[in-house]
Amino acid sequence: MLTFYDKQFASRLLIGSALYPSPAIMQDAIRASAAQIVTVSLRREAAGGKAGDVFWSLIRELDVTVLPNTAGCRSVREAVTTAKLARELFGTSWIKLEVIADNDTLQPDVIGLVEAATLLIKDGFEVFPYCTEDLSVALRLVDAGCKVVMPWAAPIGSARGIVNRDALKLLRDRLPDITLVVDAGLGAPSHAAEAMELGFDAVLLNTAIAKAEDPVAMARAFRLAVEAGRTGYQAGLMGARDFASPSTPVIGTPFWHAVS
Amino acid sequence: MYQNTRSGGHSPASPRYESSIAQRGTAPVDLRKDAPVAVIGAGIAGAWQALLLARAGRKVTLHERGDAIMTQATSHWAGGMLAPYCEAEGAEPMIGQIGLRSLEIWRKEFPETLFNGSLVVAHPRDRADFERFAKMTTGHQRLDADGVAELEPALQGRFREGLFFPDEGHVEPRLVLAKLHQRLIEAGGTIIFESEQDPAELDGLVVDCRGLAARDTAPELRGVKGEMVVIRTEEVTLSRPVRLMHPRWPLYVIPREDHHFMLGATSIESEDEFVTVRSALELLSAAYAVHPAFGEAKIVEIGAGLRPAFPDHLPRISLGNKRIAVNGLYRHGFLLAPALAEMTLAYVERGVIDNQVMRCV
Repeated sequence: MLTFYDKQFASRLLIGSALYPSPAIMQDAIRASAAQIVTVSLRREAAGGKAGDVFWSLIRELDVTVLPNTAGCRSVREAVTTAKLARELFGTSWIKLEVIADNDTLQPDVIGLVEAATLLIKDGFEVFPYCTEDLSVALRLVDAGCKVVMPWAAPIGSARGIVNRDALKLLRDRLPDITLVVDAGLGAPSHAAEAMELGFDAVLLNTAIAKAEDPVAMARAFRLAVEAGRTGYQAGLMGARDFASPSTPVIGTPFWHAVS
Repeated sequence: MYQNTRSGGHSPASPRYESSIAQRGTAPVDLRKDAPVAVIGAGIAGAWQALLLARAGRKVTLHERGDAIMTQATSHWAGGMLAPYCEAEGAEPMIGQIGLRSLEIWRKEFPETLFNGSLVVAHPRDRADFERFAKMTTGHQRLDADGVAELEPALQGRFREGLFFPDEGHVEPRLVLAKLHQRLIEAGGTIIFESEQDPAELDGLVVDCRGLAARDTAPELRGVKGEMVVIRTEEVTLSRPVRLMHPRWPLYVIPREDHHFMLGATSIESEDEFVTVRSALELLSAAYAVHPAFGEAKIVEIGAGLRPAFPDHLPRISLGNKRIAVNGLYRHGFLLAPALAEMTLAYVERGVIDNQVMRCV
């Protein structure tokens, strides 16, 4: 089972709720993904009062755990305020913490991130920080009290897959007891499988599913890929070799087979 | 699940349902030719419903809660795009099918409607979105920089490529709404402004086109905010709507009369009607990205409307006792309204049920 703070989940796929062609397709895609955790953005949509009640009820009726995020926040103070608003609105101490440094790359501001995570954890939040693949940042987040760390594979929405495989591997090796989630930049089911094969505990997806030609089918594809990658990791992958290694003995085979 | 009318184990879409109406001997609405017809809501859906019913010889009264300027109507804030091919990027195929029929009706009723096509361009950074758009849509031609400049000389040297959808058109919502109201009167109908009506209280056949205000009878309706800006400049001339790739919304710069341009529209899950600073920045920067001369344009108006949407973002005609409700036109009001009105008329006149959009309640 996958553990986030004190809660356990069977599904290792977390899914976002933005960018779908319609809420009905969003619901179908989330069901097809079998995800149990859905991220929702507080900033753009309906931070209070009169906003989007029907939209929220469509998410609520999926019977999933909601993980609010601070998407689009540009400063520590903004992220902390948004997190508190989300706690009020959704009645959860969970927060996916994003502090964005740069508008073009949507790169996390890792310094602000550690600062905001420290403040929020002191205030009783359970923080899911969105960070880069940098080990020193991940260590600081763990020092601050994060039990979950969510590095990117590539910039948000870029669909490039895992750009720095070695760094992600290092994170897994050095943080064996932390729940590690690849949070952004995955474009294809094979990317998700690769992250799971590296030993990551889960992956988080939004754009690759929501913007697919058939979001519901793509959600299913990612569900299968996550399952395949996880099972492969647990089964123990054989290491890569430089040359072919015969799987059947060659001694005793006629030479016309041995040389062909 | 969101098709709330699938009760009793029979799909309302099945042919069997149609025959069950005949068996009962009475249609679910009062279809007598001499019965008065009330249409509620004079936005684009109601205006077309009323006009086609009046043309068919019905005694039609169109009620509108607002005044003749119609600022309360979502249609007042609309872009007026007739773009069934472009919409395929984010909409179900049904929208395109109904939209194509609407295009014919627009052409027939308003031969002066501009069908100059629409042009899709992208900032170099949004190239991946541009390619996705090309893949998800049909009915377009790929243009190089010269092709773009040939169509829109003002955009010479600004975009290396574009997609041209030659068969699309656009109308000016506020002008065309007023014309539809006028034609209703010419066809013998009546229009009453500042007349807020409850469909349950009216006699005869009622066609409910209230949009979001009909939530009392359709609780799954929600409002999706669309913000727009109108600017004016004589420095840029465009002959057709230009759509700029945006990661979240379809953004258009739509040329209007007297050197005006409408910039729209955002699509936000919110039911307030304010325009946020961020949305205004995005809309204005879209215009600026299309042509820097828009930077000197005068801001004429900023506003927002709430589009009525069902969870599947598809339109719905609900057939009830004495009451027909046409709703959920979402972002596609001007594209869908004429064909939906035609379907309602076919039902009222001949009992024809369109299985795609009609639901019996």
